[in-house]
Amino acid sequence: MKITRKDFLRLSGLGLLALAGRKAVRALSGWSFAQTSASAAKPIRWGMAFDLGKCRHKDGCNRCIQACHSTHNVPQFADRAHEIKWIWKEPFQNVFPAAQTDYTRDFYGSLPVLLACNHCDDPPCQDVCPVDATWRRDDGVVTIDFHRCIGCRYCMAACPYGSRSFNWQDPRPAIATVNPDFPTRTKGVVEKCNFCEERLAKGQGPACAESCEEKAIVFGDLEQPDSELRQLLRSRFAVQRKPELGTGPSVYYIV
Amino acid sequence: MSDRPLIVAGLTLFVGLVSTPIWHGALNREAAMAALHIKLPAREKQCVAPASYMRTSHMQLLEHWRNEAVRDGQRQFVAFNGKTYDKDPTRTCLTECHTDRKEFCERCHNYAGVSDPNCWNCHNDSHVASEGNS
Repeated sequence: MKITRKDFLRLSGLGLLALAGRKAVRALSGWSFAQTSASAAKPIRWGMAFDLGKCRHKDGCNRCIQACHSTHNVPQFADRAHEIKWIWKEPFQNVFPAAQTDYTRDFYGSLPVLLACNHCDDPPCQDVCPVDATWRRDDGVVTIDFHRCIGCRYCMAACPYGSRSFNWQDPRPAIATVNPDFPTRTKGVVEKCNFCEERLAKGQGPACAESCEEKAIVFGDLEQPDSELRQLLRSRFAVQRKPELGTGPSVYYIV
Repeated sequence: MSDRPLIVAGLTLFVGLVSTPIWHGALNREAAMAALHIKLPAREKQCVAPASYMRTSHMQLLEHWRNEAVRDGQRQFVAFNGKTYDKDPTRTCLTECHTDRKEFCERCHNYAGVSDPNCWNCHNDSHVASEGNS
């Protein structure tokens, strides 16, 4: 069979058109599928707010810290160099150094502020971990796989909030009573607040928020416009720690 | 040429003697297991997988459990017989059945020449030990 030049060009053009059409159909159907599946599964982003005014109601109250420590087997070392921090307090002037003036420093500067892991939207600790031992889960919790941590402490250097602690020695002897439902850690791993992900899995809220009698710690879903947390953030002015770094903290402070 | 039967018989004897540990082990498998004196759970008759699988592959199973629970948040395990278990070695394995890890995990690991499992450096089993002793 002989094919003329004209026929050849005509056939090639038709073939190309058909290919392009198929691609277009595929892309469109893929797009519509992605749209529907995204709207079906609503993302969760867990967040927290510390109401500093309420937190100051009771002087020297450490219930949330104690609740966290007993839930997660956090060791208590006398030597501060070995301190393990999940939730702890620092003076206001150290937490928000830029948010004070000569006239507010006297009163506010030394007031205690609660600190914990900020569970960043874009966590620098995750980026530097060489073994994928820490990562941001789909629900916004930045978590650690203690099994995989090799103790290189890159994450501690990367975290701009000092939220991570290293186990320089075996923590077991420094734990008063061990909670059998949460592992203790071992010498040579890094740890931090985990937003009580083991309690979230059971449908419970974080231990610190639950233990606070003043309701100064509010926990909730930042993606849900009608959650208690979002309502609070709408009605009161709140700040994050070091928002200029672009890490997107999930922890807010109502000052 | 007339030495052929002698050579064959000698070779057979030699191979048989040299491979003694292999066929002795294969023949006396059950006796060797019994000599281990592994304490079997009193309460439960069926493990989360068939015993033969657990004997050879419990480490893979535990590793799967670990990765799925920690990384994917899947904390339920549906066993081969349809029963559902928590992927929690302390609660599911130790508390319910193997209440004495020294007599179960470590005895067999020592027998097989494998280093002791290091799970319990972090996962706490003191509550199981105290319940087991009382």
